[in-house]
Amino acid sequence: MSTDLPVLSPKDFASDQEIRWCPRCGDYSILAQMKKVLPTLGIPKEKFVFVSGIGCSSRFPYYMDTYGFHSIHGRAPAIATGIKLAQPGQQVWVITGDGDALSIGGNHLMHAIRRNVDLKIILFNNQIYGLTKGQYSPTSPTGKRTKSTPMGSVDHPLNPLSVALGSEATFVARSVDVDIRHLTSVLERAAHHKGTAFVEVYQDCNVFNSGAFSFATDKKVKQDNIVYLEHGKPLIFANGSKGIRVNEGSRPEIVDLDGSVQEDDLLFHDEKVAEPSLAFMLARMRYPEFPEPMGVFRAIEKPTYDEEVNQQVEDAIAEKGEGDLEKLFNRGDTWEVK
Amino acid sequence: MSSTVDVPEAEKQGEGKKKETVETVVVRFCGDSGDGMQLVGTQMTNVSAVYGNDVSTLPDFPAEIRAPAGTLAGVSGYQLCFSNHDIFTPGDAVDTLVSMNPAALKTNVADLKRGGTLIVNEDAFDKSNIAKATYESNPLDDEDMLQPYRVHKVPMTRLTRDAVEGLGLTVREADRCKNFFALGLIYWLYERDATPTEEWVKAKFANKPEIQEANLRALRAGYNFGFSTESFTVHYHVEPAQLPPGKYRKLTGNEATALGLITAAKLADRGLFYAGYPITPASDILHELSAHKNFNVKTFQAEDEIAAMSAAVGAAYAGQLAVTASSGPGICLKGEAMGLGMITELPMIIVNVQRGGPSTGLPTKTEQADLLLSMFGRNGESPLPIVAAQSPGDCFHAVQDAMNIAVNFMVPVVFLTDGYIANGAEPWRIPTQEELKPIEVKHQTEPNGDGEYLPYKRDEKLARPWAVPGTPGLEHRVGGIEKADVTGHVSYDPENHEYMVKLRARKVAGIENFIPDQKVDGPDSGDVLVISWGGTYGAVRTAARELQSAGKSVSHAHLRFLNPFPKNLGDIISRFKHVLVPELNMGQLRMLLRDRYLVDAKGLNKIKGKPFLISEVVEAIEKML
Repeated sequence: MSTDLPVLSPKDFASDQEIRWCPRCGDYSILAQMKKVLPTLGIPKEKFVFVSGIGCSSRFPYYMDTYGFHSIHGRAPAIATGIKLAQPGQQVWVITGDGDALSIGGNHLMHAIRRNVDLKIILFNNQIYGLTKGQYSPTSPTGKRTKSTPMGSVDHPLNPLSVALGSEATFVARSVDVDIRHLTSVLERAAHHKGTAFVEVYQDCNVFNSGAFSFATDKKVKQDNIVYLEHGKPLIFANGSKGIRVNEGSRPEIVDLDGSVQEDDLLFHDEKVAEPSLAFMLARMRYPEFPEPMGVFRAIEKPTYDEEVNQQVEDAIAEKGEGDLEKLFNRGDTWEVK
Repeated sequence: MSSTVDVPEAEKQGEGKKKETVETVVVRFCGDSGDGMQLVGTQMTNVSAVYGNDVSTLPDFPAEIRAPAGTLAGVSGYQLCFSNHDIFTPGDAVDTLVSMNPAALKTNVADLKRGGTLIVNEDAFDKSNIAKATYESNPLDDEDMLQPYRVHKVPMTRLTRDAVEGLGLTVREADRCKNFFALGLIYWLYERDATPTEEWVKAKFANKPEIQEANLRALRAGYNFGFSTESFTVHYHVEPAQLPPGKYRKLTGNEATALGLITAAKLADRGLFYAGYPITPASDILHELSAHKNFNVKTFQAEDEIAAMSAAVGAAYAGQLAVTASSGPGICLKGEAMGLGMITELPMIIVNVQRGGPSTGLPTKTEQADLLLSMFGRNGESPLPIVAAQSPGDCFHAVQDAMNIAVNFMVPVVFLTDGYIANGAEPWRIPTQEELKPIEVKHQTEPNGDGEYLPYKRDEKLARPWAVPGTPGLEHRVGGIEKADVTGHVSYDPENHEYMVKLRARKVAGIENFIPDQKVDGPDSGDVLVISWGGTYGAVRTAARELQSAGKSVSHAHLRFLNPFPKNLGDIISRFKHVLVPELNMGQLRMLLRDRYLVDAKGLNKIKGKPFLISEVVEAIEKML
């Protein structure tokens, strides 16, 4: 890559389109952090593609002055796969929501992840259908009262991180819209990961599901309700007063760091362990029983799908030579008519 | 079977058997789906093609991979017609029927000509198989039923076992060679040179010498059986056909589609991206393309039809020649993403290898009932160009025409074939480099509007520019929401929407200025004009020519371009008293023609999962004369 890249700033990534999200929507923050992260990557602007499906979050590409595709409901991972296979040199981001990714597009999400296509998938989870004005989503808690569930939803919600891990994701992370510094660092990590990076962002829909994540954002309580993951470090929260330990039943438990338990007894995070059980256990820790982990759950290396697909093309050319129509037409039994 | 006795030739045969020279022969192999009928049919096609006959084939197999052995549901057949002149169909009636079991006899014997040759494996006519075929008694004892045919009861199972004795094969392995015995017998009967088949067996079983030897022995045993036994007193000679000069090979429709796509990409000097989900009868396109990655072909077996279509849209946005293929049920799933391709005005090809519908319908049988789906099967006003191939070899050329339209007009194109031409094979004249039509693709590299890039600013054909991610300075967004004219920004403006809907329609309609005028086979005015499209070409052309030879006022127009229609089609129609539209559906093209030209077109419609017989078309035309 050339050494004299133009120095870019967040505003270079802002398009001229008026942003039409509701005032104080959590999406604004995610957009702002994205614009901050991209100029730090040393990648020219034309090398980014943002692909989205349908939903409030999926307006995102219009607000970025990069290549972008606002597609159809649920299909962004499949469209992004086509783009990445065609142009492996592009950095391709998928912007999606809980309905888009986990309901109508569940199949594509799962398959993009298991193939390890080099896509950065950012799932804005607001636990509601915002664009269609407030029906419950596949991540809404059971009992959720909405327009379509006046007596409360009887559906059981999906855990996005469990879905990603179950699909053999190589990179899984979680952050919150208003935790600006943390979100920036997670987006940065995702950008640098080679393979599918799956990031769940807790995002407040202040119109239809306001405060769904206040346990993780309210400054008065959040230290007790979330635990930051750091590779190689023990899981400690509540201003250092509590930790997570794995008990004899191989289950996580909260322990008080009052002297009876040593730091060494706590669970140490290892995002690089090949076996996904630890990441899965962390993903299952849900408020209010547990503090919810924030950060990178898993980051392992594996060949990417786009790399291997393109490698096969190169291998075929190396083995058989550049395609020659004459040879192709004359394969097999031929005969001459005079 | 028209024939002349050729005595001197016959005398050259040591056994003194009579040899007749015939022009055209129809042979059908049928048996259980585990009997290897498709294999021997393909081999017979190869050797006939290599010998120089014109060939047309009709494979016919059950949807079940292994239906219970011996049952009517499990019967698999392969019909081929070979001739000393050019032919367009696999033939109406069968001259020689090879039947490997009672079920195959029951389901096929009605198609055998009176006086035709019936060869049966009499060893398979045991109580159990006879019962499974729902015969009450052994049909081989039914003199009345067999009376119209020249019947040869051959103990193929026993003779095959004898032939392979000493090779250490299990009985099961030995019995699996009996299809080659049958093939050998047919090779003798029609004087075929078995060399290509022997080469094939040698290569196929190179790692299994005993199986290789067994199949070769079975083939020879079958040949020698015909040669030496008294049962067969006559065999047949078919001269090579006088096809246009050139080099030929045998090609199925799906192979031709794949080759055509590779050729288009090569001519356009762009990568070919193919996304598909396995579905009968389209999967062979994926198989064929994935074998040619050295042509810069990327194949993507997607998780479902929707993903395949979506990935094609993505790859088109990223500048590749994007293709997906499927059949009816899959095309239904692709509908929404096809609409996305339409509104984002990206070039791509959607291949629909039509099969019997609705729903799962008849997956392995042919039909032409997706024309209206192609025309109207998307939400909103979403016209797409439609191109249909007429024969297996024509898929090669027609799919290139489709690609040419796609890249010139920046539009997804529906390319229609059907199970009959996709699986059928015919000799294909290998084109020379000079005969290949260039395909020009331009990617926008510079701003086109006062320093900025306007993705919906159009050229004289109303096509928008194609700027590819990675191009500095042309960053832009596309999407499924209505576009503002020129800028491509999101627009909910009512005037703009109506304008854009009409603009897209006008662009597609304007393709009529790009495609060739419609040709008519026969006089350009008269009593009856027969209009057909797609895989019915062979039967309709043959029928029309037969009647023309008999002095009837009949002309034939076979449509390749179904949307838009060729500019002169209305004129042509107006010069005939009657219009007949034969279709393997309830009258879909007829509906479009009646709508567009206000013509009182009549239909000949067949919905049986089978192609037209020539005689059916002849009869329908005669009724209108």
